[in-house]
Amino acid sequence: MKFGQGKLSRRRLLGSAAAASAALPVLHELVPHRNLHGVDAAAAEHAHGMAAGGVAHTGAMGSVDPRTNGFDPQEILRDFDEGRMVGGVREWELVAEEKEIEVAPGVKYVAWAYNGRVPAPTLRAREGERLRVRFTNGSKHPHTIHFHGIHTAPADGVAGIGAGNIAPGKSFTYEFDATPFGLHLYHCHTMPLAEHIAKGLYGAFIIDPKKGRPPADELVMVMNGFDTNFDRSNEIYAVNTVAFDYLHRPVQVKRGELVRIYLVNALEFDLVNSFHVHANFFDYYPTGTKLEPRDFTDTVIQGQGERGILELRFPHPGKYMFHAHVSEFAELGWMGFFQVEE
Amino acid sequence: MEPTATAQGTRRPAWLVGVAPLVVLAVAIGLFVLLDAPGLDRIGAPQEELAVERTVLKPDEIQLHVRNDGADPVQVRQVIVNDAFAAFSQSDDEIRRLGGSEIDVDYPWIEGENYEVLLLTATGATIDHTIEAAVETPDADLGFYGLMALIGIYVGVIPVGIGMLWLPWIRGVDRRWIGFLLAFTVGLLGFLGVEALLEGTEIAGTGAESFGGAALVWLGAAGAFLALAGVDAWLRARRGTADGEGRGLAAAGYRAAFLVALGIGLHNLGEGLAIGSAYAVGSLALGATLVVGFALHNTTEGLAIVAPVAQERQASLRRLALLGLLAGAPAVLGAWIGASAYNPSLAALMFGIGAGAIAQVVVQIAPAIRDGAGRLLHPLAVGGLLTGLVVMYVTGLMVSL
Repeated sequence: MKFGQGKLSRRRLLGSAAAASAALPVLHELVPHRNLHGVDAAAAEHAHGMAAGGVAHTGAMGSVDPRTNGFDPQEILRDFDEGRMVGGVREWELVAEEKEIEVAPGVKYVAWAYNGRVPAPTLRAREGERLRVRFTNGSKHPHTIHFHGIHTAPADGVAGIGAGNIAPGKSFTYEFDATPFGLHLYHCHTMPLAEHIAKGLYGAFIIDPKKGRPPADELVMVMNGFDTNFDRSNEIYAVNTVAFDYLHRPVQVKRGELVRIYLVNALEFDLVNSFHVHANFFDYYPTGTKLEPRDFTDTVIQGQGERGILELRFPHPGKYMFHAHVSEFAELGWMGFFQVEE
Repeated sequence: MEPTATAQGTRRPAWLVGVAPLVVLAVAIGLFVLLDAPGLDRIGAPQEELAVERTVLKPDEIQLHVRNDGADPVQVRQVIVNDAFAAFSQSDDEIRRLGGSEIDVDYPWIEGENYEVLLLTATGATIDHTIEAAVETPDADLGFYGLMALIGIYVGVIPVGIGMLWLPWIRGVDRRWIGFLLAFTVGLLGFLGVEALLEGTEIAGTGAESFGGAALVWLGAAGAFLALAGVDAWLRARRGTADGEGRGLAAAGYRAAFLVALGIGLHNLGEGLAIGSAYAVGSLALGATLVVGFALHNTTEGLAIVAPVAQERQASLRRLALLGLLAGAPAVLGAWIGASAYNPSLAALMFGIGAGAIAQVVVQIAPAIRDGAGRLLHPLAVGGLLTGLVVMYVTGLMVSL
């Protein structure tokens, strides 16, 4: 049992986590407030929704305190992990573990995570570099890391080939070259595959071209979802895990500045996902493997495992929505705002 | 004096000795709970179950009355309506076992459309509730209670009253045919009883299982059966001592009629409940067909009440009217309860009570069916039973809730 060391039951852990959290909504819920504001509670919540989201009847109730999860979707946006150079080789250490995270306000999900994060750290290298990823399986189940890219069979992270599945407590080092340049992803490739991916073992993997890309405000957006009741369909959708987080805390960008979005679709169970931005258009580079955009559009569709780079500038200040144009996903959490400032 | 001395010698009253195990039990339970069930550890995830007992639809609002039907407390954290998160408020942040909560969801629902409401709990489990053909729940104002009363009178009081008009005719028919009529009554009561059991069981399935589910129907049936047996025994004892032989015999018919009316009344309470709740969720097609169907269906109940008094010499109009009200008026009460405070567990219990009451009535009437040779299932009786079943089946076809 994952909480075995702490000798805590799952329920007790839920309880203590809620109590320990300083999240205002939780405190609000713990205090028997119904008697205090009575029928005004609904109206107050409604007003709160208006203030935070600016849209009536949109989004979930309450918000998720980043401290609960130990990672913050706001920080994940601009958090690029370039590892460290050891003797001319770029190295990372990744540990798989089980971790309970809050995927929507008040809703807990026992995720499987690399380095305690869902999505996993965004690994960033430059084309042609030698890469070394030391993987330790700190969970109760066998896992691997499968990188998208061009490499030898033993570095592929697939069961039965090379080291194959890495048993709990074991380690393995994947070594390969950073090629081709573009936006890729990495994920666990242990059977049952959908489950190992859907539980959170995935992350973005960026290989910059040798000459780099023009300077920009760079953002990582991993589109994902959570099947909280294990019926092989998602109850909650999001970008970077927490439903509606960017709706309540808009992504801050500057007017006129080049914004580059590394967009990855890590969604399981649904065939396609999409990205749509309001009041703007973007250049789209599928998989980021060419330096010329394929499209100038405002909506792009990605299948499972598909990814691409978006480049755009916001000409006007204000608040602009972005969301999956699969409306169902949007209203189940995959919806947010850009806040464009001068 | 000696027995008293013995009692004083033991110094312990008998009741104290009887209560002692209960005290020990209470202390043991208290310690067990205080020590948090030593030696027992929970394995597995929490069992979260909520039963939606009642759905109320107001403009832009969906109100669910839920009850915790599982072993563990449930915390509803998000509400999803037709694949979209919706704003909501709830009366109880944590719903304890058997506890209830009212969840008010802001949602611009549209009349006639279907909605799937998912209650997402803190552990990510979902409780699924489907609303078919949404329609605004009527306000429980005076006009509404008036309407429910009207429906109750249409389907309960009037048909029963009309059925009782057969009394003069019954008095005129050949004595042998009385057996046929009583058998006919038993046949239609049997039909109603089985119908009540089936309907009660079906309704129990929609409520909180932890209250007993279908067992409530059988508990209600057994309780009503025994209670009516008690009432009957009490009536017999009272009449037997107060009256002479002749009047006692005369009263026997009214006693049977009273029990029949009471049994049918309890049954009509359940029927009214079903009508009221169906009206409240908009699934009741109020109209001539329904009322006519119920009228035909329930007119036979009036016949059942007067059949036992066929051989009475005097017929008190007041007494007959009271019997008719006893049988028909509970439909009004049932409709009120069903439309304003519907609860599946309560409804199941009521249907059970109706079925049990009917079973007791059948037991009361059956001996009177015997012919001169003492046979119960003589040809006329069998004919009557079958006719009763067929008439109820055919008139029942016109009533579909």
